[in-house]
Amino acid sequence: MPPGVAAKLRAAAAALAFAAVPAAAGEFEISGSAAGEARVFPSDPRFDGQFSHVQASLILSPELGYRSGDDRRQVKIAPFLRLDGQDSERTHADLREGYWRSVQDQWDVLIGVNTVFWGVTESRHLINVINQVDQVENSDQEDFLGQPMINLGSQRDWGRVDFFVLPGFRERSFPGRDGRLRAGLPVDEGAARHESDLGEANVDAALRYSHYIGDWDLGTYFFHGTGREPRLVANAAGTRLEPRYDTINQAGLDVQYTLEAWLWKLEAIAREGQGKTFAAAVGGFEYTFFQAFGSNADLGLLAEYQYDGRDDAAPITAADNDVFAGARLALNDFQDTTALLGTVVDVENQSTALFIEAERRLGDRWKLELESRWFFNAGKTDPLAAIADDDFIQLRISYFF
Amino acid sequence: MTMRVSLKRLNRAALAGLLSLSAVTAAPSAFGATAEEEKGFEIAARSDRSDRGFGDSRVGLTMTLHNAAGAQSKRTLQIRTLEIPSEDLGDKSLIIFDSPRDIDGTALLSHAKILDPDDQWLFLPALKRIKRISSVNKSGPFVGSEFAFEDFTALELMKYSYKYLREEPCGEFMCDVVERYPRYEYSGYTRQVSWVDQEVFQVRKVEFYDRRDDLLKTLALKNYRLYKDKYWRALELSMTNHQTGKRTELIYDDYVFGAGLKSKDFVKGVLRRIK
Repeated sequence: MPPGVAAKLRAAAAALAFAAVPAAAGEFEISGSAAGEARVFPSDPRFDGQFSHVQASLILSPELGYRSGDDRRQVKIAPFLRLDGQDSERTHADLREGYWRSVQDQWDVLIGVNTVFWGVTESRHLINVINQVDQVENSDQEDFLGQPMINLGSQRDWGRVDFFVLPGFRERSFPGRDGRLRAGLPVDEGAARHESDLGEANVDAALRYSHYIGDWDLGTYFFHGTGREPRLVANAAGTRLEPRYDTINQAGLDVQYTLEAWLWKLEAIAREGQGKTFAAAVGGFEYTFFQAFGSNADLGLLAEYQYDGRDDAAPITAADNDVFAGARLALNDFQDTTALLGTVVDVENQSTALFIEAERRLGDRWKLELESRWFFNAGKTDPLAAIADDDFIQLRISYFF
Repeated sequence: MTMRVSLKRLNRAALAGLLSLSAVTAAPSAFGATAEEEKGFEIAARSDRSDRGFGDSRVGLTMTLHNAAGAQSKRTLQIRTLEIPSEDLGDKSLIIFDSPRDIDGTALLSHAKILDPDDQWLFLPALKRIKRISSVNKSGPFVGSEFAFEDFTALELMKYSYKYLREEPCGEFMCDVVERYPRYEYSGYTRQVSWVDQEVFQVRKVEFYDRRDDLLKTLALKNYRLYKDKYWRALELSMTNHQTGKRTELIYDDYVFGAGLKSKDFVKGVLRRIK
């Protein structure tokens, strides 16, 4: 948005707020981004119906925000739209955020749709439980569908408590029959079944406590409701996979210990309701060489171990006994150039995923992002087997307004 | 950890000695503080204490990065500061980026310590993620600028020891020239030379010497403005790197004092609702 328009909007907001309450003026802000993206799959598809090679997308994610002059009330609306040239299931719109928030001295309340990210590790985002994963966006579990909620929070000297009431279950999105990066059979989202009789109307709940003490940051929570992670069950004809959403209890823990240039991280969960009660964890470190090699660049080295104790009655995971190693480079230049290179190797069968994510600003309002994922050594029974031919290179150019 | 705590106590004891001595006599002390060291500390303390009681402030600013070839890049940000009255504790600050637009809403929360590493959290709006970050990166560039992290966060009196050098004219003022030495770990500087005017006791210029003791940067502070008849703020800062030819300018908007900010506005949970 040109600065002049922003100024006018602010002036209008100020006038409106002044008319209503003779206090400090509130402020509107319109921001967001529009992007074009191209994914190239060098290998031919493995399954019937999948497209070959190039997948182009347009992405629009505007944000409209209002905050009152005293900062105590906030409204935010952040829709999301992707138009995909290949996979109609990947063309989708969502409301990532759409809420009203009020902040009092010791209490704050948020009503509406929001995205909540917890956790500290890099190779797996194990403890996030509030939002459904937007699986058609990416396989890295960093994109989420907006979750309707009432979030009551309280900040005290002894930490922060958040209570979530979560009405309106969001079912996971999956690539369509045309799409790459899918299981051998396409997922029939319409055939989803829930353990709860209320289905998508089931109301879930979570309680979280988080705090920091010296060099330690920690959080813990308990969740009861329909688990976000479905089991995928083949139909009788063996032509489709049908999602099964189970009722679960889950406790989670996240810890980070920050000691000089070391970050020690742990995420762990225990889950009841999908097969035998099981625990899962991911933990490791990030060590940063600041101003590495006498330059302005920072070089971080990362290593994490992934454990998951679930049995065959639970949803399949690739992260059951795997080691992650990675390197993060931040050039600290005008363009904030950064790159993250990583690999995850299964300790038992050596199936390997390799990825690189890099980004650089162009001018003041554009950003170029590169992402590439490669899969090796995936044996026939490995969860990676279905996507073994789906190595890809992706370029995205975004304009920010 | 025990080592660090006891070391800190020792340092405090030494400082307490320095302070009480400076009140009594200008003679070299048993702690090794010379007349120059005491006078240097007094000048720095007078400057620092002229600011005492400001409570809290909010300010917006534009940061312009210039490289040696003349290219430039702009960032706009807001800084909120909460004064912690005790000189044994550091202030709390929150830096929020508005532009470049791709980092809109990125925020850095700092709880400054005197000699221990600061506590710092970064909020990344794209992921809605709060990340506790290492604060040993004192000498690294702050968002690609010629300002190091420590140039923003290490403004506490007790983070340095001091030595008086001389007095000399500095622009329209007469200045005391005081050398200061970082007492905290991981500084990129062996020393800094500061020019403090004798009229209103504000810092007008600082020279930074790198780990090899070569002149690295010069900071010029201009366009001082008086708020509430008591608190001076420079509205134009210019940092020139002599070794690379790069320069960073900070142009501040009007400061707001007494905005009613409280300690609870500087906890990590606040980062989720900054924008």
